[in-house]
Amino acid sequence: MPASATLSVSGICMAHDTSRSAHRDIPAAQSARNLAANVFHVLERAFDRVFGVAQNPLRQLGALGFYLFWIVSVSGIYVYALFDTSIDGAFRSIETLMIEQPFAGGLMRSLHRYASDAFALVIALHLVRELSYGRFSGFRWFSWVSGVPLIWLGLAAGIGGYWLVWDTLAQVVAIAMSEWLGWLPGFGDVIVRNFLVQATLTDRLFSLLVFLHIGIPLLLLLGMWVHIQRISDPMTLPRRNLGANLLGVLLVLCIGVPALSQAPADLARVPAELPLDWFYLFALPLLYRTSPGELWLLLALATMTLVLLPWMSGGRRPAPAQVDLANCNGCSRCVADCPYGAVVMQPRSDGRNHPREAVVVTDLCASCGICAGACPSSTPFRSASAFVTGIDMPQWNVSMLRDRLDQALTGLQGLSGSVVFACECGADASVLAQPGVAVLRLPCIGMLPPSFVEYALRSGADTVLVGACAEGDCEFKSGEELMRARLKGEREPHLRANVSRERLRIVSSVDPRELERALGELRSVSNGFESAHSSIRSRRGRVPGRSNA
Amino acid sequence: MPDVLRSDVLRYLGQAALYAVFALLIGYFSNSPRYRHLAPDEALLRLSFSHPGKVMAACRERGAAELEKMPANMRQSQDCPRERSPVRVSVELDGAPLYDETFAPAGLQHDGAAAGYRRLPIPAGEHRLRVKFNDDARIAGFNYEHSQTVHPVAGDVVLIDFAADRGGILIQ
Repeated sequence: MPASATLSVSGICMAHDTSRSAHRDIPAAQSARNLAANVFHVLERAFDRVFGVAQNPLRQLGALGFYLFWIVSVSGIYVYALFDTSIDGAFRSIETLMIEQPFAGGLMRSLHRYASDAFALVIALHLVRELSYGRFSGFRWFSWVSGVPLIWLGLAAGIGGYWLVWDTLAQVVAIAMSEWLGWLPGFGDVIVRNFLVQATLTDRLFSLLVFLHIGIPLLLLLGMWVHIQRISDPMTLPRRNLGANLLGVLLVLCIGVPALSQAPADLARVPAELPLDWFYLFALPLLYRTSPGELWLLLALATMTLVLLPWMSGGRRPAPAQVDLANCNGCSRCVADCPYGAVVMQPRSDGRNHPREAVVVTDLCASCGICAGACPSSTPFRSASAFVTGIDMPQWNVSMLRDRLDQALTGLQGLSGSVVFACECGADASVLAQPGVAVLRLPCIGMLPPSFVEYALRSGADTVLVGACAEGDCEFKSGEELMRARLKGEREPHLRANVSRERLRIVSSVDPRELERALGELRSVSNGFESAHSSIRSRRGRVPGRSNA
Repeated sequence: MPDVLRSDVLRYLGQAALYAVFALLIGYFSNSPRYRHLAPDEALLRLSFSHPGKVMAACRERGAAELEKMPANMRQSQDCPRERSPVRVSVELDGAPLYDETFAPAGLQHDGAAAGYRRLPIPAGEHRLRVKFNDDARIAGFNYEHSQTVHPVAGDVVLIDFAADRGGILIQ
């Protein structure tokens, strides 16, 4: 083992290293995904510098989607309270709202419009980001597939809203959508007959449209709830500052460029040119450029592709976590830490004197190893002949991690050495490799039991650097947050209080330069420890502190 | 200016710039670019109808022997086929054929109304419209015909409808 070394244990991470993607896409699709992922990397790093990692909007697009949904809902309820659901009243009531209440009604109407547009934008970005990072297959298939209907529901809710204003834009949209729906067997060309002449319109139609405009968003909310069901403690609101700033920006936009109606609808005429809301009405030009049948075909193919994507990519799913009952005392820390609810507690099945045991729900398991990092049996100080912990990953277990750490520590002999535990999904830690630095990469930093930090320091490393994903943007949702809490002593299993924090640093970033900077600072501080530890190095060869498990 | 303060100022300026870009993006694409779906000198001809064609075959009297074989509660003296005729529509603009299509009746038994909708941009100005309908497959040619001069200006809608109870073809 050379003194400068990197050790990779899993290769399951895709988000921040597309060259190691587990998917077997067709080359063109792979290239497009890599390109998109690289664009997101560049943008995210730039946004990190401007907003700070925690406030970076690109790292919380899903949460922003929820937040914008609530803004749209609240503003929509206000507008609905003053909306007249009749042919003559629909347009008039909106105009009255804008004129009589420019600072309340007008603002609410504009906010309803612009927040809806922002919702469409963040959802589109959310989809492209998750797609480019390869987060759609394996254990994520459910979240991905359940997200597809949300696109349709979101569009239906948004487009439906345009009908209600009953201005010339509403007229064109209503007719176009009727023509499009009329292509479907069972609907027929009779739907559009509702919009032939003013006399064919009825107040009941507007009541139906209002019902749909309320009902579809409720279905959307239900779908959003289903979408996050497989995530423990999902983030459904953005950071407070970001949320407040976003609302402020939307309000400024509403005041500066209020959303206005077009001329009242007149079925005897058709506007040749329209101010289109491209976030929702992008399909309108497609409809008139092609045909209703071709547009249906295009959208059906796009939907089917999205739905089948998790199985089309054909990547091999890593083995799920396994419980070793002989080492499981039923403490349930793995259950508390698993980000996807993939570990549950059940009554003991082996007759041992513990009431419960951990059981892995293999379909939900992300193979991140966070459970292994949470297990109190994962301490490397154990000296049992076979180092087996209560719950572990079959292909990269804590025993292998300890062996590799031992190997790395041996390579550091005689040097002022540092050990870097780095998340494969965070910054590329291989750039840190240099004499006296051993880099050990984990599928998720949450897999690292904090006792490994103490073990490294007590076994001769001068300093330990822990490199995690960006704050709030862990590939496996909460590994970074859990690791930070464990090292601070705020969460079990915690790093013991007597371990010198001066010799330890945790960095949450996807930027390798931040790791380099932190390591440089850490190593300069550690020079003061040089003399104190020289005696320890001279005794290296025996691993201190191991006890019988 | 201290580095930290300068860095903070730059960060806030950067945030303001990115929020402004976001607002511009939302504000712009919420209304722009404008979409033109009709040329400036065009009007729109909309053809729409929903009309049940004539039944395809006349009712047939059942013979006594045939009735005898049927269950007592189903002994109708006439056998009337349900299938309806498709509806053929032909439109001529200033003597030139503009559109000709046949619409099938709805339903698995083809016993429903035929419905059609087409959207046909036409040049604005005076035109002579000649519209013909055939709702009976047993006769050749057309059994309804209507001609009318229309004067649509750009953006006007000319509607062709069919209502048997109002004389058949309607142009408005």
